[in-house]
Amino acid sequence: MKPPSPLSGLRVAVTGGTSGLGLALVDLLHREGASVAFVARRADRVAAVAAGHRGAHGLVGDVSVKEDTHRLALRILAALGGLDVLIHNASSLGPVPLAPLADTACEALEEALATNLVGPFRLTKALLGALTAAARESRPALVLHIVSDAAFTAYPGWGAYGASKAALAHLSRIWDEELRPHGVRSLALDPGDMDTPLHALAVPDADPSTLKKPADSAAEILALLKEHVHASRDRAGTPAA
Amino acid sequence: MQAATAPEPRRPDARILEVRRDGTLTVVLRTILPDLLRPGDLLVANDAATLPASLRGIHERTGATVEIRLAGRRSLRYDDVRAFTAVAFGSGDHRTRTELRALPPLMEAGDALDLGPLRATVLGLLGHPRLLRLRFEGDPANVWEGLARHGRPIQYAHVPEPLALWDVWTRIAAHPVAFEAPSAGFVLDWDMLGRLGARGIAFATLTLAAGLSSTGDPALDARLPFDEAYFVPEPTVRAVAEATRVIAVGTTVTRALEHARGRAGEGIATQRIGRGTRLRVVDAMITGVHEPGESHYALLRAFASDPVLQEMSARLERDQFRSHEFGDAVLIERQRS
Repeated sequence: MKPPSPLSGLRVAVTGGTSGLGLALVDLLHREGASVAFVARRADRVAAVAAGHRGAHGLVGDVSVKEDTHRLALRILAALGGLDVLIHNASSLGPVPLAPLADTACEALEEALATNLVGPFRLTKALLGALTAAARESRPALVLHIVSDAAFTAYPGWGAYGASKAALAHLSRIWDEELRPHGVRSLALDPGDMDTPLHALAVPDADPSTLKKPADSAAEILALLKEHVHASRDRAGTPAA
Repeated sequence: MQAATAPEPRRPDARILEVRRDGTLTVVLRTILPDLLRPGDLLVANDAATLPASLRGIHERTGATVEIRLAGRRSLRYDDVRAFTAVAFGSGDHRTRTELRALPPLMEAGDALDLGPLRATVLGLLGHPRLLRLRFEGDPANVWEGLARHGRPIQYAHVPEPLALWDVWTRIAAHPVAFEAPSAGFVLDWDMLGRLGARGIAFATLTLAAGLSSTGDPALDARLPFDEAYFVPEPTVRAVAEATRVIAVGTTVTRALEHARGRAGEGIATQRIGRGTRLRVVDAMITGVHEPGESHYALLRAFASDPVLQEMSARLERDQFRSHEFGDAVLIERQRS
């Protein structure tokens, strides 16, 4: 018999869980026995993904909307009975097609910031009580921010996206410094250029065969999660599974 | 005393009246709470998040407008969200003082309630025209979705502006089970919790589904607090056993710790704490500013004698402490051993 995955029973929330990397994460986490709640804007897609992942909790909401934040937090916490890992994956590209900053409407930048920076900030805040509660019970408590190499390299045309992801990466570092004493870690991860709907919006003529598969990036993120779970179990003094 | 009328739970100028074991009274700023505690102390808070437990709708048989305030259930489980105890009001909203709210239509078992996206059946009255059992239709996910979409935080006339969920969640809110905010927890913020740790003061949590603080109806208020489901995690039990002093953040924590008496796990707090109750676990409590006659005030009698409480009330009055859930606070040490 296969030993249970170290992710079995881990309570994970994923934003943007119905396409691209988010969907691949929901898929793999579900397969490994984690308790998963995922968030996306479109009710039909949420229902379709939930139907394909028995036991996963699909929640309709928009992380960029302030009024949705606590409703989502309420439903995530109710569904999972707490929270160990929060994955901020939902992203907005900013202007489509991509545009130089000089041609980017202020509103398009604000929209990218709302989804990629302010939304994750709000949701982390709303769920921080649950994450610290998990830490006090010696469970892994982790916030993952999905970023991009556009956060670190100045690609022309990727201004709104790149600036918002750079801010998110920095937010993550500061969260990590501030939350460590409370037992919660925060990480920013660049999954690489993937064959996703977001990438297709940005680079419509990209050759998919040159791009990473979302499932491969998701598997890398899960490997990292497993390391984190083992580390927290070691700290708690219980043998790692 | 005056009511705190706006949801600003962590005002920098909020104050704490410290009522020491020997009866001396000291007023300090909320933010220096960690300095009032000693290394070896344990602060225990209620990490219940507040439900949007006020539901507006129609009593189908009469067509009357009602407000249903969910008030209790038998467990904290996610999938156990069909049957609730609830308090019903007739037309009007929170801006009318509860004492003046109209009665709901006379409910009968089997009556249907249309509550926005939610539908419920009245299972029966519980000895009072406002107090009932109801059962929601649909599966748990539907009930949660309906509550999230349609429910509003329960609120009272002293705060006229509509509250959002973020107004009624404490910083440490983790489990959405409370019907009203465990409001003593508003005293806490992350900066303060960080300073506690640095000073060697431990922090732990439990979860108690805080019920209604008031209904405005004397006969019902006399029955408060209703039974409240709770959960005490194992690490909290260990921390309590190791602590030199246990400081409960709120009446809900006092009720849970005294009911659990060192046992981890789930329970339902049914007891009343008041004059004559011997506290076995809790050494001190941080609580809001309560006035004589409130159910929370009665609980203070387990901590201090009437003369001390009278002095406390006089001081709160004189220094114009703000009462209610978004007001100032009291830190009271147990005088009786």
